[in-house]
Amino acid sequence: MFTSQEIIETINMVKQSNLDIRTITVGINLFDCSSDIPQRFIDNMRKKIIKYAGNLKNVANEIEDMFGLPIVNRRVALTPISLLTFSYSYEDLIEVALAIDEIAKELEVDLIGGYSAAVHKSYDENTKKFISSIPDALASTDRLCSSVDVGTTRAGINLDVIAHLGFIIKDIAQKTKDKDSFGCARFVVFANAPDDNPFMAGAFHGTGEGDSAINVGISGPGVVKRALEEKKYASIDEIYETIKKMAFKITRAGQLVLQYASKKLQIPAGIVDLSLAPTPKVGDSIAEILEEIGLEKVGGYGTTFALALLNDAVKKGGAMAATFTGGLSGAFIPVSEDSGMVRAVEAGTLSLEKLEAMTSVCSVGLDMIVVPGDVEAEVISAMIADEIAIGVYNNKTTAVRVIPAYGKKEGDEVNFGGLLGRSKVMSVNRSSPKRLIERGGRVPPPIISLRN
Amino acid sequence: MRAIITVVGKDKVGIIAAISSLLAQNNVNILDISQTIMQGFFTMIMLVDLQDCKLKFSELKDLLIKRGREIGVDVNMQHEDLFNSINRI
Repeated sequence: MFTSQEIIETINMVKQSNLDIRTITVGINLFDCSSDIPQRFIDNMRKKIIKYAGNLKNVANEIEDMFGLPIVNRRVALTPISLLTFSYSYEDLIEVALAIDEIAKELEVDLIGGYSAAVHKSYDENTKKFISSIPDALASTDRLCSSVDVGTTRAGINLDVIAHLGFIIKDIAQKTKDKDSFGCARFVVFANAPDDNPFMAGAFHGTGEGDSAINVGISGPGVVKRALEEKKYASIDEIYETIKKMAFKITRAGQLVLQYASKKLQIPAGIVDLSLAPTPKVGDSIAEILEEIGLEKVGGYGTTFALALLNDAVKKGGAMAATFTGGLSGAFIPVSEDSGMVRAVEAGTLSLEKLEAMTSVCSVGLDMIVVPGDVEAEVISAMIADEIAIGVYNNKTTAVRVIPAYGKKEGDEVNFGGLLGRSKVMSVNRSSPKRLIERGGRVPPPIISLRN
Repeated sequence: MRAIITVVGKDKVGIIAAISSLLAQNNVNILDISQTIMQGFFTMIMLVDLQDCKLKFSELKDLLIKRGREIGVDVNMQHEDLFNSINRI
């Protein structure tokens, strides 16, 4: 039998500290669905997604009931669609996007990822056509998510595609302007994208993966914050230790869900993504953890330091709790999804520049950042280039999910609702990087790529 | 399958009876029970065996929550594995 203290603590983790599982994501390999006839591909794809994810919603609900752990999202990640649609016309590509979205709705899957391409090295005409279709694909769907990998430590950085993506993101913003440019929240640009990431918008089923896999993304910043609240006067090593222990407990819950879902759906267990991911709920915020570590407001000096130790302690605690770990493991710092981050932006203590510095030690990058709608495409491209450089030269994953909200000015507010939250439009350094971006070409990989 | 049931609320006569009779009616065996007053709240923790229970997990849980509401306490039931996973290596 457990001690009363253990039981009460576990129940409080869920009831008061918002411990939840962010997502169960079923990854599905679509290579055997390919066909040069688009309709045939769509039919094959539909059958296969239903085969693997048809019961996802029920199983997730059952897990919620059994363990009393809320599961915030049910998701599906597909083989990057660009790999299966080389010969397709623009119209065919949009048909595929619509079909995927329809399947997601039919299965009551919250988000479906994989309208993706990897162009860290080559940027051929077919992939260019695919990337050009992303704005229309996102504007005509609700649940489809898209990503593009533009650099890796092994291959270098593709500046041609980064230059193009500035315009693509502006185009998505314009085409979804009636929803505060919400389409941009379903699109992310990556460096060193992992194959087994359960988090959107960047989830896809990588080419090295099997026929199917379940990946679980955990959440639980509230649990860590509450534990730190009891350590008001502790030294920093004790804070680190406390975070590590809580990360262990949170990840154990994730591992349990992974095993259970794997058994029920008869799909091999993939990874647990050891992550602290916020939700817009108060008390479920990474910013609040950083403040609990000792900052007056997130964004002040000391923020990068606090985030670095948080990120590392989460990985160390979680690594022992799960058999296979992967994805983006670490701490997420999206702005609009985190009530504490939004407050810091409103108070003027958190700038884009500080966020960029923070991304050198977090698990992703510039995430869910709303900027004025009239920012030049080249400025967005340059923002991407900076972030990708941090990833490529430091051998880590980084990403950019930026929303140039159409028609909005600095200080205006946008509201996406649900998990994606709300935010003030942030101020942007507008000095023009046009000449740099227009150079195009490819940056050679850094010297650390020559490791063998 | 075993589960942990917790009951938290303002102390009064008949809480244990109300919950345990509902369990008995549904063939749920109580394996362990502890009860205390924590921070002024009545707190009861039960380890139960659901092997002979005919109801689905969620149905029994709903019945317990409903009965709890009738007598003014919060009832919760979770699979034992959650506590095992989080608290035992």
